[in-house]
Amino acid sequence: MIDLLGYGAFFLSTALIFGLIALGLNLQWGLTGLFNVGIAGFVAIGAYSSAILTSPDTPDRIGGFGWPIVAGWLAAALITAGAAAFTGYATLRLKADYLAITTFGVAVVVQLVALNAQGLTGGPFGVAFIPRPFASVQDQAVLFNFANLGVIAVVTLAAYLALERLSRSPWGRVLRALREDERAAIALGKSAQSYRIQAFAVGGAVMGLAGAVQAHFIGFIAPDNYLPTLTFQVWAMLMVGGSGSNRGALLGSIVVWAIWVGSGTVTASLVPQDWQARAASLQIVAIGVMLCLILLWRPQGFFGPRRRQ
Amino acid sequence: MSLQFLLDGVIAGSMIGLGAIGVTLTYSILRFSNFAHGDFMAWGAYAALAVVGALGGSTALKPLSFGLPLLVALVVAMALTALLALVLDWLLFARLRARGQSIIVVMASFGASMALRSLLEFIFTSRPTYFSRAIQMATPLGLGIKITADQVALLLLTLVLVVGMHLFMAHSQRGREMRAYSQNPALAKVVGIDVAAVVRATWVIGAALACASGVMVGVLVQIRPLMGLSLLLPMFAAAILGGIGSVRGAVLGGLIIGLSEAAAVQFVGAEWRQAVAFVILMAVLLIRPIGLFGVAER
Repeated sequence: MIDLLGYGAFFLSTALIFGLIALGLNLQWGLTGLFNVGIAGFVAIGAYSSAILTSPDTPDRIGGFGWPIVAGWLAAALITAGAAAFTGYATLRLKADYLAITTFGVAVVVQLVALNAQGLTGGPFGVAFIPRPFASVQDQAVLFNFANLGVIAVVTLAAYLALERLSRSPWGRVLRALREDERAAIALGKSAQSYRIQAFAVGGAVMGLAGAVQAHFIGFIAPDNYLPTLTFQVWAMLMVGGSGSNRGALLGSIVVWAIWVGSGTVTASLVPQDWQARAASLQIVAIGVMLCLILLWRPQGFFGPRRRQ
Repeated sequence: MSLQFLLDGVIAGSMIGLGAIGVTLTYSILRFSNFAHGDFMAWGAYAALAVVGALGGSTALKPLSFGLPLLVALVVAMALTALLALVLDWLLFARLRARGQSIIVVMASFGASMALRSLLEFIFTSRPTYFSRAIQMATPLGLGIKITADQVALLLLTLVLVVGMHLFMAHSQRGREMRAYSQNPALAKVVGIDVAAVVRATWVIGAALACASGVMVGVLVQIRPLMGLSLLLPMFAAAILGGIGSVRGAVLGGLIIGLSEAAAVQFVGAEWRQAVAFVILMAVLLIRPIGLFGVAER
């Protein structure tokens, strides 16, 4: 029973971190209509930034700055926002597809840097000994899991409330106006490019923050955590939840993560050992097909706002 | 210093260029960047592998590592890949295109790409496989460059395909219609161009060339489910560098990227190869977004 509670807290923590990423994506896609295919890259930038700034000194890698965790998180958000702003600056004055292609490239390059720039990122071995919140109660698993769940829930709630406020603010109204009718918004004197870069940067900041929170929750990061599958998962979460709705982004994350973990557990127990890798790829096929089906039949998602005609 | 990297670059560049033709045509005619294009490449290679297997393996035409069965398989696989693209268009892309939001089509191609790639991993596992495991002797050409018979044959094949494409786009009726439609869809409809046929031709050509490129990769390097994904960024970069809609631009862009990648491997380190396409892409977007042969949109 106690184990189950601890596992529940762990599951919910992971799901809420996905939810945080999905909140960032919802600002970029749901509110502004910017297509980001490099989510994994931006999450990784945040995770590595905070990990490098807070983890203890290691001989082969830059580090030992000894920043407090919260400072690491803020830095992660700022650095990721900077990377996102530059990506937006280079592409948003051009065609919409160029942003997608470039973000795809960002994810590829971040993955390369994580793997190969050993002096910065620790290479394939990653960064270990990232300080975890409430590390003093680490041997009491249940208490530790719940304390961390509390931290993650507070961060997610804060981001949720801030984004809700932002989307109702005049700034959010401009973003919606740009998405719905760009010409009209420009005619009212709003610079489309500048607002879009801002939205992309703020969304990136949320993703970077999520990456940092996750890095400190697990205590260890490696390049393998940031493969394209992560990008796919977050997209599926937002599309299931309903793009445009922050509540939907969070609910979608919990639902999709439950399906993902559940189907993973079922295949692990039913499928013979040498077929496990194949079963895992079938899981991704299912997500891809689901994404396409949602686009075809229910583009507003399942928990999203009803579109007023 | 060995100049081998120049030849390696030209070979990699031809594979990228062949793939980029499809990317550039899809973008200029169907108006979206197709993230599943790399997976056409992988599916094409596996289709050819399956056909070679069904034909009972390959007796090599010395000094090549492959024989007639592979050539037959190439043609069959090109047709199968084209069919895959048409089915995908009918099931997914055409329906979303009709709604008129191009970015939704991009997203669908992203979902389809993931499904297609993982389906290959499901069927064939992620272990790399080969058309032939025979080791080929390379002939020295001087200046430290060595070339194998396979490489000569596939470079010739690329040349034939690219010249054929150029003649088709420049002189055939369908090629002219495709160019007209990409320049001005509304006007093209008014003068009675059969849009459905143009769309079909675009998919067939793009997928068939992607398949040819995938088979080339399979013969010269290896076949694996991720082979298309790893060439996707170079292909996009080549299409944008060459100028969207330009076939010769895509081929030239592919060669430039292939050569730059080979130079990076030679002078910087093989592990940074994949970053080259991104650096070139960013440079083009910042300096000359319409590319080498692009036309500014009116």
